[in-house]
Amino acid sequence: MSEYEILRLLWWAVLGVLLIGIAVMDGFDMGSAILLPFVGRTDMERRVVINTIGPVWEGNQVWLILGGGAIFAAWPAIYAVAFSGFYLAMLLLLLSLILRPVGFKYRSKLDGTNWRLAWDAALFLGGLVPALVFGVAFGNVLQGVPFRFDDTLRMTYTGTLFGLFNPFALLCGLVSVAMLTMHGATWLACKTEGAVRIRSQRAALVASLVLVVLFLGGGIWAANLTGYVLQSFAGVDAASNPLNKHVGREVGMLMANYRLLPVTIAAPALGFAGALLTALLVSLHRLRVLAWVTSAVAIAGVIATAGVSLFPFLLPSSLDPNSSLMVWDASSSAMTLLVMTVATAIFLPIVLAYTAWVYRALRGPITAADIEADPHTSY
Amino acid sequence: MNVVELSRLQFGLTAMYHFLFVPLTLGLSILLAIMESIYVTTGRTIWRDMTRFWGMLFGINFALGVATGLTMEFEFGTNWAYYAHYVGDIFGAPLAIEGLMAFFLEATFVGMFFFGWKKLTRVQHLAATVLMALGTNLSALWILIANGWMQYPVGARFNVATMRMEVTDFWAVVFNPVAQAKFVHTVSAGYVTGAMFVLAVSAFYLLRGRYRGMAIRSMTVAASFGLAAALSVVVLGDESGYTAGLNQKMKIAAIEAMWQTEPAPAWFTVVGIPNIQTHETDDAIRVPWVLGLIATRSISRPVEGIDNLVSEAELRIKSGMIAYGAMETLRRHPDDANARAAFDAHVHDLGYALLLKRYTPTVTNAGEDQIAAAALDTIPPVLPLFFSFRIMVLLGFYFIALFGTMFVLASRRELDRYHWLLHVCLWSLPLPWIAAELGWVVAEVGRQPWTIDGVLPTFLSVSSVPASNVWISLAGFVLFYSVLACVEMYLMVRTIRLGPDTEPHPARVGLRAVAAE
Repeated sequence: MSEYEILRLLWWAVLGVLLIGIAVMDGFDMGSAILLPFVGRTDMERRVVINTIGPVWEGNQVWLILGGGAIFAAWPAIYAVAFSGFYLAMLLLLLSLILRPVGFKYRSKLDGTNWRLAWDAALFLGGLVPALVFGVAFGNVLQGVPFRFDDTLRMTYTGTLFGLFNPFALLCGLVSVAMLTMHGATWLACKTEGAVRIRSQRAALVASLVLVVLFLGGGIWAANLTGYVLQSFAGVDAASNPLNKHVGREVGMLMANYRLLPVTIAAPALGFAGALLTALLVSLHRLRVLAWVTSAVAIAGVIATAGVSLFPFLLPSSLDPNSSLMVWDASSSAMTLLVMTVATAIFLPIVLAYTAWVYRALRGPITAADIEADPHTSY
Repeated sequence: MNVVELSRLQFGLTAMYHFLFVPLTLGLSILLAIMESIYVTTGRTIWRDMTRFWGMLFGINFALGVATGLTMEFEFGTNWAYYAHYVGDIFGAPLAIEGLMAFFLEATFVGMFFFGWKKLTRVQHLAATVLMALGTNLSALWILIANGWMQYPVGARFNVATMRMEVTDFWAVVFNPVAQAKFVHTVSAGYVTGAMFVLAVSAFYLLRGRYRGMAIRSMTVAASFGLAAALSVVVLGDESGYTAGLNQKMKIAAIEAMWQTEPAPAWFTVVGIPNIQTHETDDAIRVPWVLGLIATRSISRPVEGIDNLVSEAELRIKSGMIAYGAMETLRRHPDDANARAAFDAHVHDLGYALLLKRYTPTVTNAGEDQIAAAALDTIPPVLPLFFSFRIMVLLGFYFIALFGTMFVLASRRELDRYHWLLHVCLWSLPLPWIAAELGWVVAEVGRQPWTIDGVLPTFLSVSSVPASNVWISLAGFVLFYSVLACVEMYLMVRTIRLGPDTEPHPARVGLRAVAAE
C-alpha cells in the first residue's frame, strides 16, 4: 500500500469517526431538544431538561464545526459539492442551528410565558430540523445526487430542494430523528430525576424500537435501489481528479460490499444490537449510563452502515456517474492529509481528556432545587 | 444582481455581522481572566462578583458570536464552491485545526465558566476561565492564518492534474508574515473593544452613582489594558503585514489614492477627495515622508502608484496566458516537456490570466483591449479604501488618547472627578466596532478583484447556484439576523440596567415598601 492510499483510507475512517462524533455528542443535545415539549410539562421541568445540556452543548457543537472543517480540509470536493448542491437545505439547517445557542442562552433571561414558549419552540426546531436534514442528506447521498463537473472541475447541480425530500430520503431522515431522540432520551434518563426521568425512559424505549423498525425497512429498501459500480479508475494513489474514471449503475450495488467482505455486516448488526439493548436496558430501569453507551453504539453502527454501503464512493452522481466522488479521487493532497493526521493525533486526545474531565466535574442529575439555588446563572 | 454580486453582498454582510460579536468576545475573555486572577490571588469577593457580572454580558454576546460563526463556515461551501475546490487543500486545514485546537477549548470551558462556580475549586475555575480565553484567542490565530493566506498565498503551487492549488510548505502557510501581523492587529483591536465596553458601562454606573466600587475597579483594569491594546493596535498596524508581504502594492496604492509613483520617500495624504476620473486627489493635505516610511520602512524605496501597477498587471496577464496555454496542453499530454517548461516558468502569473475569463472564456486568444480591460480590473475600489483607512487610523489615535487619559486619572484615583469625561467614555462605546468593521473593509475590499490575491479572481470563485437561491438566503439572513440583533441589544441593555445585583435595586424595594404601607 502506498502512503497516499493509506492516508485516504485513514481519512475515510476519520470522516466516519467525525460523523459518529457529531451524532453521539451533538446528537444527545438535539434529541433532548426534540423531547423538550414531551418530557417537560412545566416550565421548571423544561428548565431542568435544558440545564442538563446547558454546560456541555457548546463543546458538543464543536464536533459539528470540526466535521465541517475536516471535510473542507481532507475532502474539499465533497465540501464544495455537498454544501453548494444542497444550498437551500443547508440554509434550513443553518438557520435551525442558529436557534440553539440563542435559545439556550436567552430563554430564561426573562420571565414572560410567551417569551419562554417561543424559545421552547425554537429549541425544539433547533433539534428536530438538523436531525431530519442530516438523515435526508444521507438518504440522497445513498441514491446519488444530480451533479456533474466540467473540465475545469466546476460543478453544476441540477436538483431542487423538494427533490431532496423524496420518499427514501425521508425514511432516512426519520431514522436519524428516531436515533437522536433515543440518544437524547437516554441522556435525560441519566441526568434527571422523578417524572422527567420516567417520561424519558419511556421515550427512549419507543424511539429505540421505532429505530429498529425504520432501520430494517431502510435496509430492505436500499437493497433494491440502484447503486454505483466502479468500472475503471486511475488508481488508489492517483491525483485527485474525479473525471478520470468510469462508473456504471446497477440495482443492489449498495449491498455489494457485504457480500465481498462479510465481516462488514458488523456495522448494521451493531446498529440493531445497540438499539435493542437500549430498549432492554431502559425497560429494566437500570444501568442508565450503559443505556446511553448502547445507544451511542447503535448510532455508530447506523452511520458506519451508510459508509460501508457506499465504499469506495463518498458522493455518487446520478446525473453523470463518471463525476461521482470517491475515496480515491476526492481527497486533498497527501501532504495536507499528513498534516491533518498529525494535528488530529496531537489534539484529539487532549480534547477527549479535558472533555472527560468536564463531564466528571458535572456528574450527577440536575434537579429543580439546583436551578432554584442559582436562578440567574442557570439557563 | 448576479450570483457573484449577491454572494459577495451576503458574505460581506454575514462576516461584518459576525464581527460585531467577535472582538468583544476576544477582549472580554482576557479581562475576565484578569479580574478572576485578582480574585483568586487577593481573595476579595468584589473581584469575583465583577467577573460574574461581566461574564453575564460576555455570555449574551458569546451566544451570537457562536451562532453567526456557523454561517461563516458554511458559506465557503454553499456560496464559494469553486473557491473551496480550488484552494481547499490549503485553506481547509487551518479551519479544521482551529476547531481541534481552539474551538473545543473555548466551547468546553465556556460551559465550565458559567456552570462551574459551585462545582469547581477557585483555582480550577480560574483555570477554566484562562483556558476559555486562550481558546478564544487561538481561534483568531487560525482563522487569520487562513485569511492571511488569501492576502499573501505562500507555500502552495498549482497542480495541473487536479486543477487546484496544493500545499507545498505548510510551515510557510502557518508562519506567513501577513497572517502573523493580522493576528496581532486583530486581537489587539478585540482587546480595545473589550476595554472600551467595560470603560463605557462603568462610566454609565458612575454617572448614575451606582456600584461605585465595582465601576472604579473595572475602569482601572479597562484603562490600563485598553491603553496597552490601543498602542499595540496602532503601532503593530496591519500595514506592517502588507509591507512584509510585498505583494499587495495595489492595496497600499489604493488606500493612499496614489495614482503615479512618487519619488521616495512618498508623501502621505492626510485628507483629500480622490478623483477617479482625473486620477488626482483634490483638496489634499499632504505630509512629506510619512507614506514612504509606513509602506517601505525606508527613505529610499519608492511606493508604486496605481497606474504603474496596472501596467505591471498587463505584463503579468500576458505571462499568465502562456501558463494557461501550457496548462491546456499538459492536460491533454501530461508528458510534453516543452509545455511543462513553459508552464513552470509562468505559473506564478496563471491567476492573472484567469482575469481574462470575464472577457473571453478561452483566455489564450485575448486581444490587447481585453488584456487592458482585465488589467484595469486589478484596481480595487479606491474611495471606500481611502476613507475607511483614514477613519480607522483616526479612531486608533483617539483610543490611545482616551485610554491614556483614563489611565492617568486611574493612577491618581480621580476616575469620577470629571463628569464630562465619563460622558465621553459612554458615548465612545460604538467607536471600536466602527474601527474594526472599517478595518475589514480595508483588508477585504482592498483584496479585490481577488479572493486569493493574484491566484483566483472573485468572479470565478462562486458556486454554480441560481441567483434566486442566493436571494432567498440573503433575505433569510437579513430577517433572521435583524431579529436576533434586537433581542441581543434588548438583553444587553436590560442586564446592564439591572446591574451586578441579582437582588432588586434597593431604592425600588424601598419605594414599594412605602407604597405598600
